[in-house]
Amino acid sequence: MDQNNKEHKSHSGYSTYILVWISLLALTSITVTVAGVDLGAFTLFVALLIAAIKSGLVINIFMHIKYDEPIFKVFLSLSGFTLLVIFILTFFDVIYR
Amino acid sequence: MTNSQQAAANLHHVHRDDVGARMGMWLFLFTEVLLFGGLFLAYSVYRYDYHEQFRLAAMDLNTGIGTLNTIILLTSSLTVALSIAAMQKNNKFLSMVMLFFTLALALFFMINKYFEWSGHIAEGLYPKSPELLNMKNGEIIFYGLYYVMTGLHGLHVLIGMVVLSFMLFFIAKGKITPENYVKLENAGLYWHLVDLIWIFLFPLFYLIH
Repeated sequence: MDQNNKEHKSHSGYSTYILVWISLLALTSITVTVAGVDLGAFTLFVALLIAAIKSGLVINIFMHIKYDEPIFKVFLSLSGFTLLVIFILTFFDVIYR
Repeated sequence: MTNSQQAAANLHHVHRDDVGARMGMWLFLFTEVLLFGGLFLAYSVYRYDYHEQFRLAAMDLNTGIGTLNTIILLTSSLTVALSIAAMQKNNKFLSMVMLFFTLALALFFMINKYFEWSGHIAEGLYPKSPELLNMKNGEIIFYGLYYVMTGLHGLHVLIGMVVLSFMLFFIAKGKITPENYVKLENAGLYWHLVDLIWIFLFPLFYLIH
């Protein structure tokens, strides 16, 4: 059998997934509650921070990135970085227009 | 090993590259991220320009339905992950049950979406409606982005349902096995991406107060 043919064996059992799911639901209820509180300029920041934590959980555990080959992490950060650069360059244009 | 034995061994050697298959899926997912990324970019620029009008327009969105749909999608992500774990543990029955739950949850999501959209359309809030065209620029743009982004996301949910139905069929037919389930893994990756996009759509559209 090829090296690449190895299926990555069950790194996460059922309980890990259920734990992640409970955390995701908890974070959702936090983000809904916080939205009702007026935090001024911080509202968007807090909402995006919680969304980022939630996606981190989904990507690392549900999508197995934590256990996958390191090259996947390189690809992932590269595409995230590309998106970040596009956002920063666009906002330089929008803000200083 | 004689030549004929070598030939026989080669005949039974199955060419597979599961890491390559997953990498291909991830590369496709990055193009999806860029597709939605462009829309999120448009959203953020217009929100920067029309901050107050976005807030006013968002008041009409139903936070209850949005929250319910978030819970539904997060749960469906769990059931897909459990389906793959069950297949790894050689429990085909549980794997199929979990896939079935995922499909049911996806259908539930789309039904909610239907009621949500028809509610807005009944209020006269749809692209180019006289009601909407009377509003301020920022509100018109907010609803334009709302329909395009949640619509494109809904289309992804529908495509995901088709893909997952095929996986259910493949498991039943024995084409996905505990030794070879990369198809199921890739379908799962797609489904998780649909969930990921919603994780950002939800606060940006439903939780602006």
